[in-house]
Amino acid sequence: MTELVQLLTPDGRRTTSGSGPEAEYQAFVAEVTDDDLVGLLRDMTVVRRLDDEGTALQRQGELSLWASLRGQEAAQVGSGRALEPADMAFPSYREHGVAWCRGVDPLKLFGLFRGTSLGAWDPAEHGFALYAIVVGSQTLHATGYAMGVARDGGEGAVISYFGDGASSEGDVNEAFGWASVFGAPLVFFCQNNQWAISEPYRRQSRVPIYQRARGFGFPSVRVDGNDVLATLAVTRWALRQARSGAGPVLVEALTYRINPHTTADDPSRYRPADELSTWRRRDPIDRLRTHLRARGVLTDELEASIAAEADSTAADLRARCLALPDPPGDALFDHVQVEENNLVAAERAAFVSLRGALL
Amino acid sequence: MAPTASASVRRTLTLAKALNTGLLEAMKADPKTVIMGEDVGKLGGVFRITDGLQELFGEERVIDTPLAESAIVGTAIGLAMRGFRPVCEIQFDGFVYPAFDQIVSQLAKLHYRSGGRIRLPVTIRIPYGGGIGAVEHHSESPEAYFCHTAGLRVVTCSSPADAHLMIQQAVASDDPVIFLEPKRRYWEKGEVDTTPLADLPADLRTDLGTSRVVRSGQDATLVAYGPMVRTCLDAADVATEEDGRSLEVIDLRSLSPLDLDPVVESTRRTGRLVAVHEAPSNVSLSSEIAARVTEQAFYHLESPVLRVTGFDTPYPPARLEDHYLPDVDRILDAVDRTFGY
Repeated sequence: MTELVQLLTPDGRRTTSGSGPEAEYQAFVAEVTDDDLVGLLRDMTVVRRLDDEGTALQRQGELSLWASLRGQEAAQVGSGRALEPADMAFPSYREHGVAWCRGVDPLKLFGLFRGTSLGAWDPAEHGFALYAIVVGSQTLHATGYAMGVARDGGEGAVISYFGDGASSEGDVNEAFGWASVFGAPLVFFCQNNQWAISEPYRRQSRVPIYQRARGFGFPSVRVDGNDVLATLAVTRWALRQARSGAGPVLVEALTYRINPHTTADDPSRYRPADELSTWRRRDPIDRLRTHLRARGVLTDELEASIAAEADSTAADLRARCLALPDPPGDALFDHVQVEENNLVAAERAAFVSLRGALL
Repeated sequence: MAPTASASVRRTLTLAKALNTGLLEAMKADPKTVIMGEDVGKLGGVFRITDGLQELFGEERVIDTPLAESAIVGTAIGLAMRGFRPVCEIQFDGFVYPAFDQIVSQLAKLHYRSGGRIRLPVTIRIPYGGGIGAVEHHSESPEAYFCHTAGLRVVTCSSPADAHLMIQQAVASDDPVIFLEPKRRYWEKGEVDTTPLADLPADLRTDLGTSRVVRSGQDATLVAYGPMVRTCLDAADVATEEDGRSLEVIDLRSLSPLDLDPVVESTRRTGRLVAVHEAPSNVSLSSEIAARVTEQAFYHLESPVLRVTGFDTPYPPARLEDHYLPDVDRILDAVDRTFGY
């Protein structure tokens, strides 16, 4: 049996074991109140609703693509809510739930997929770097950033998200080695959603991802990524380890990509249907909902208000997305470099002149 | 270490020492400057360009890194996002390719992708070019790959004076800079004004993007950069002595962006232009120079723009490199041909 930290069972019961792998992590959520749990449920519900809106807008031709996070809400909200304001997160491209936790306006994510910008949020303001579509590349940026934090005496820790597919990339393995030898205050957070487009995890590695950390000389833990409470606890633990100067930590969150890789993908070509139904039964939102229902915390009224909040947030987002203007044509020349060079300046001038003449 | 204003002194230095001194000034000028690369610390780099700097600035600022080029550049990006000013050393030209994604897709594009919010003042130093009898992957000229990528500045020095000045300008730049060092010229000496960048006149502090006429002439123009500037100057000497021809030689210095105004102006006067570099000709700097000069000086040209370059083969074994590399004879042959039209 492989180690797996779980604080909420799939049927919504709180584990109380004092001896299992979870014992060490219970303390990190000892202060979590019922209100906090409702907050996590609200985050996950809103994020799923926004995600559905992304898929719908793509189907209606308003986004060119959408990468759905469905199924990974707990992994993202649990880890995202473990972060402190001074922390810095380096996402891949599916971390809409983490972006939500970092206060990034979802409109800016939608703009990316609509094609009005390549990343409109301010990474420094939110402690949330730009999306990284070349998978794994961001783990090196996170490593360097964490080395910088260690050098300038900053208080924050750094978290770098990546997926099971990216774990095969050279950059991720270089990042493991560097973060380890430099003792960087960094949490590597792998959402193992089982599929890299069509390739199952067994095509990436013969050993579980979390076991690789040992070879690089730092600790790791595997957590039930569909358990928001366990993910919160484990990420808090990992961040504390990183902040303490002990070097990096690897967290593997076992989860599942319920939807296609993106709206351009067709999983029926490669994914067994029974696998999907198995994972649907482990739904992260249902799990917390069942738990809160059973304990009488989540009333019909409260649940309806969360659903209404999710709907209104989505409606507002949809309206703002549809109103997003295309940038002016010559904006394509903006910010190539801090100092615009003579080549870009000449091309911009010729473009403006020709466009002006054609109008 | 408190920055100390160094007196303006003219010293005779090798190009390698001029780079070393320039880096020392850059480290003093900004405490956020860090040097990182393989063997740059204790050893001082395989060419000793960072010699003595770790002793002066410590292991936190002169960082011996693991052997992982993608990570050298990738972590430099992260350090720059955190407010540092990294200077990366890639040990040899042929070792830069593992870092290619981090350079062209990450370093070059993050300013653009972020709408100008992210600035990455990263300098990547690469010893490049042949002529030292090296084993394979140690003699290449990869400049065109980087010039083709928007978002990067690509510069190269040809003299100790420029080495000292330009490395400081590169480090001070808020844009990423690929800084190509002509390794076969590391040991050539020249006079260097060792005034720190901050004490220079404003126009000199910011002239990183300009090309320069290094020898005036009337009959034909040679344009080159990095290691081939010396070769072109030698060719011009021979042309004067043996053919009575006066050749103008222009050092591009900046490869991206190109500053072609002096080249166009010169070509309009001489009517003949020969572009020279070690890199292969196919889709190269000289391709671009020929196209642009032809656009801008068409009615002044007495001959097509000709090119003298490395051949379109992999870099050959060292015993063959003298055949591969442009030399005085090949350059003068091309000059002769410009008079044949």
